[in-house]
Amino acid sequence: MTETSRHLPLRTPGSVLGPAAWIRRNLFPDWRQGLLTLLVLWLLIRTIPPLIDWLFIDAAWTGDRDDCVAAGGACWAFVGARWGQFIYGFYPPEHRWRVDLSMLALLASIAVLFLPRVPNKGWIITGSFIALPVVTVVLLHGGMLGLEVVPTDRWGGFMLTLVVAVAGMLGALPIGILMALGRRSRMPAIRIFCVTFIELFRAVPLITILFMASVMLPLFMPQGFTMDKLLRALIGVALFNGALMAEVIRGGLQAIPRGQFEAATASGMGYWKMMTFIILPQALRTVIPGLVNTYVAIIKDTTLVLIIGLFDLLGIVQAGISSSNWLAPSVTTTGYVFAGFGFWVLCFGLSRYSMHLERKLNTGQKK
Amino acid sequence: MADAAEIIRIDGLNKWFDQFHVLQDINLTVASGEKIVICGPSGSGKSTLIRCINQLETHQMGRIEINGQEINAEMKNIETLRARVGMVFQNFNLYPHLTVLENLTLAQIWVHHVPRKEADERAHHYLARVHIPDQAAKYPGQLSGGQQQRVAIARALCTRPEIMLFDEPTSALDPEMIKEVLDVMIELAGEGMTMVCVTHEMGFARKVANRIVFMDGGRIVEESDPEAFFQNPQTERGRTFLSQVLAH
Repeated sequence: MTETSRHLPLRTPGSVLGPAAWIRRNLFPDWRQGLLTLLVLWLLIRTIPPLIDWLFIDAAWTGDRDDCVAAGGACWAFVGARWGQFIYGFYPPEHRWRVDLSMLALLASIAVLFLPRVPNKGWIITGSFIALPVVTVVLLHGGMLGLEVVPTDRWGGFMLTLVVAVAGMLGALPIGILMALGRRSRMPAIRIFCVTFIELFRAVPLITILFMASVMLPLFMPQGFTMDKLLRALIGVALFNGALMAEVIRGGLQAIPRGQFEAATASGMGYWKMMTFIILPQALRTVIPGLVNTYVAIIKDTTLVLIIGLFDLLGIVQAGISSSNWLAPSVTTTGYVFAGFGFWVLCFGLSRYSMHLERKLNTGQKK
Repeated sequence: MADAAEIIRIDGLNKWFDQFHVLQDINLTVASGEKIVICGPSGSGKSTLIRCINQLETHQMGRIEINGQEINAEMKNIETLRARVGMVFQNFNLYPHLTVLENLTLAQIWVHHVPRKEADERAHHYLARVHIPDQAAKYPGQLSGGQQQRVAIARALCTRPEIMLFDEPTSALDPEMIKEVLDVMIELAGEGMTMVCVTHEMGFARKVANRIVFMDGGRIVEESDPEAFFQNPQTERGRTFLSQVLAH
């Protein structure tokens, strides 16, 4: 082989195709595939143009209910009119900047994840995600630093969805890690506690836990001791998802070869150092798909807080579409499409991030 | 306590895996700077024996002392003791999610509290000593088996151990890589490190060992200097073993 031929681009012979050849090869290789292609094409033609008509062409962008009914398409006027409520719930308009600021804090924490490889990045990330809830609580709830208290029953909409989802995620991961480790502990008391916790929370629907948190728990609380309803719900969500996550993480722990434990032990590391530096980093990256699954479920399960009287994005949209001055079929559909799109953006973003993370972590290492 | 040069002392060691009596009445002393090669057929308990020395395995009976200090499963500061004993495994057991450099500095920084800069310097120093000075930024998965095992040796050396334990360090290697690892071990032996090696490399044993410990069925069957062992094994089992490992 000559030097030049080794530098030719790596391509299967004949893979450079003209458009016609490409269509023939990929869309109509034989009559069955061709038939499928035609079928899909027909479906797309039947669905896409009407969808575009409904979403954009026939949509009413401004006005009131009557304009929407007249237009016949999506009623974006409704979303526009209720935008503030969808995003901020019943949060007092003059204090909405606090919500904006805490959303910025969330974005900043997410941005930290995308930092290039810098020294101590792990600690920076951990620090920012410990600081985030503190900053958010101070900003949103107030009562400190001269900020007026905004009670949690005024929180709602997209902001509440984010609060529940982020609190669920940040709470569930450490709970899941500790429970997974505890379930493999050699100490029987710890093991039994963790197994009981996991099996109890995993075997009960989230709705039950939320009901317990909002209705039953206050009955057992000592006199004069009250805990915010939202806080109780958040704890419920975190515990429930922590139990789910514990099992995902346990799967990852079991995949780590014994030699890794032995090498760490032999080098003089104690249990926590071994787990922090050797075992968990490997275990968690093997279960990223499972963790993201749980995270996506957390985002979607935030809608369940509606049943304990908290209005998340879906709840507030539902409340909006049933208000008397917006009663119309197109408003209902638009509301649900909008809420669905909101959740899709969150979940899809998360899923893309996890793919990015997996790719990044896999560069350079193979086992 | 016996003479000060004695670094490992094992007295009447017994260990069971459930019903299986894997180590029976083991007595062994190793002097500082000595090189011991433990050999024997598979299942004879040799790996278990050296894993007892840093308590990766716990024993049920008998006494193990390192530098006159008894070690056992109950002891509180077992980590401090393990930190003074380096170990090299058959399957390297490098940390795949860390670079070679991070593999070498992790225990230095978090167990021995060496400042990061000095840890880096030491790491590069020992990488040079195992003849792979330019692989620090790579991940273990990008290295050959022989290179990985040499990184593992460097990793153990980085924390300046008093004793090095080798658990069949060349058994998982392709034949052409065995020599590069053995060469590093021979150099190390030349520098006066106390070494306890479980290995089937009889050429290595002949070259560096002060003593050969031959085990079979959980017991030390023979313990003698290499020449005596290779020329004239005292037991029938020793003769059979030698004829098998030297046959090829």
